Amino acid sequence: MSTEALLRAEHLAFGYGARIVGAEVSFALQAGEVLCLLGPNGSGKTTLFKTLLGLLPARAGRVLVDGLDVARWSRARLARTIAYVPQAHAALFPFTVREVVLMGRASRLRPFAAPGRADHAVAEAALASLGIAHLGPRIYTEISGGERQLALVARALAGEPRLLVMDEPTASLDFGNQVQVLAQIRRLARDGLGVILSTHDPDHAFLCADRVALLHRGRLAALGPPSETVTSESLRRLYGVEVAVVPLAGQGRSVCTPVLP
Amino acid sequence: MTRAAAGAGASDKAGRRLARVLRRAGPLLALALLAIVSLSVGKYGVPAREVFAVIGAKLLGLASGVDPTAQTVVLQVRLPRVAAALVVGGALAAAGATYQGLFRNPLVSPDILGVSTGASLGAVLGIFLSLPVWAIQGLAFLGGLGAVGLVYAVGAAVRRHDPVLTLVLAGVAVGAVLGAAISLLKVLADPYNQLPAITYWLLGSLAAVTLGDVGAILPAILLGLLPLWLLRWRMNLMSLGEEEARALGVETRLLRPLFIASATLITAAAVSVTGVIGWIGLLVPHVARLLVGPDFRRLLPAALVLGAGYLLAVDLAARSLAVIEVPLGILTALIGAPFFLWLLATARRGWS
Repeated sequence: MSTEALLRAEHLAFGYGARIVGAEVSFALQAGEVLCLLGPNGSGKTTLFKTLLGLLPARAGRVLVDGLDVARWSRARLARTIAYVPQAHAALFPFTVREVVLMGRASRLRPFAAPGRADHAVAEAALASLGIAHLGPRIYTEISGGERQLALVARALAGEPRLLVMDEPTASLDFGNQVQVLAQIRRLARDGLGVILSTHDPDHAFLCADRVALLHRGRLAALGPPSETVTSESLRRLYGVEVAVVPLAGQGRSVCTPVLP
Repeated sequence: MTRAAAGAGASDKAGRRLARVLRRAGPLLALALLAIVSLSVGKYGVPAREVFAVIGAKLLGLASGVDPTAQTVVLQVRLPRVAAALVVGGALAAAGATYQGLFRNPLVSPDILGVSTGASLGAVLGIFLSLPVWAIQGLAFLGGLGAVGLVYAVGAAVRRHDPVLTLVLAGVAVGAVLGAAISLLKVLADPYNQLPAITYWLLGSLAAVTLGDVGAILPAILLGLLPLWLLRWRMNLMSLGEEEARALGVETRLLRPLFIASATLITAAAVSVTGVIGWIGLLVPHVARLLVGPDFRRLLPAALVLGAGYLLAVDLAARSLAVIEVPLGILTALIGAPFFLWLLATARRGWS
């Protein structure tokens, strides 16, 4: 079914319990494509992600992978397809980075099994592909925020998924680390992974996204290429502030900067 | 590579293997040594040589040729205590390590989740009703399971907040109610007969435990340990929290209740024969984590061995420190609480 999108959301409504946060969200994502989700705080980005990941049941509509409804898939099957990269957080126990990345293999192991030689190899390869092989023996709770974020990406990759869902992967990272993470996202997409990420910085949409979705009060306000969706008009409506979107000479893209009253 | 270097490499390899064997066998040997000392030391001293003779003869069904009094002291008086200390200490520590990983909270222990209090209420009720010993233990067991069931039901019913926090707070609340019920029974109890028995039970002791008791709780403890052992790697993922574990493909809705039931079974079985022995389930997992790291595949065996050794040592102290025997619960709290505070102040690894 090569014509089917890797991931498709159809008239999706999402929320916690009885509280509906958003509705009528429809989009499709192909393999190798980066979709960037922009929206103000409380617009429902995280809730939408949790619903795509199957962590919350869809309140209406469907989530399809290769055209198949995922509602009845087991956790393991879903995790093998869609991996989640949460925001870099301080873990509770002082696991080593290698142990953390190995946890990404859980969906590929039988319940009573522990990771073996092959799993270790996959984990090491995931670390190496992100250029952080040296972090393997370090303690996860003692490395920097940027290193943690990359370690969590490595953990997701260790499960050999086809799609990454990243919740604000650049939040709380310094400038250099933000650029590094964005560059890795581009590279992963070139390798054929589908990526959905949320961000608070519209410039990141220009930097790494093929398409941008604007989420406003739980509904898609716009969906399309960055140059068409990220405009001063749309950003004003989304965030309620004046933003200048200016073409960057010689780069073929624009930059966003707020205009203070 | 020169021959000398190759030889050094080989001996290096052999050295590493030796170190690995020592790391595995060392703690067990130390535990065995401590057990021998426990069997030998006491008001009636029995030399280690005679301890070996008595045990060897018993195992082989021969006459040991040792003074019958020494034989009775070793086999009838001390062996049950040593066996109980090993089993109960290991059990409480393993349960504590499980609860801490599961609830991602350093303060969570069998005491917090109401297991101990529930078991206490069951036992106190049994003593109050002058029931036979086996019924008291049965009630303690049911009380422990019932308390966690209640805590878990409250946690499942109140879905508005963080589920772990809800569970811990529900445990505190349920524990308070059960504690009130225990106090009520103490007030109503016969002050000459029942009250001392109740108080003594609440402070925990290995003095009255028989080998039959240990044999009776061992299957329940092994049954509880089995899922923990089989799923020991998956247990690591539970400590990431509900959402992340599920996103990584773990069926937490199945595993969490299974782990809770297992740890509760272990705790309730242990507490049902010895009374409440606090602090082991809280303290020992911390120390084990400091020594071997957080990976549950190493943490579980480390907690078992450390817990067994700790309770054995504390029991040895309890019966040799003073003329009268000091109740265990007093000692575990006196040692445990300051040590815990010291850990809290100094440890870098453990809970970051």
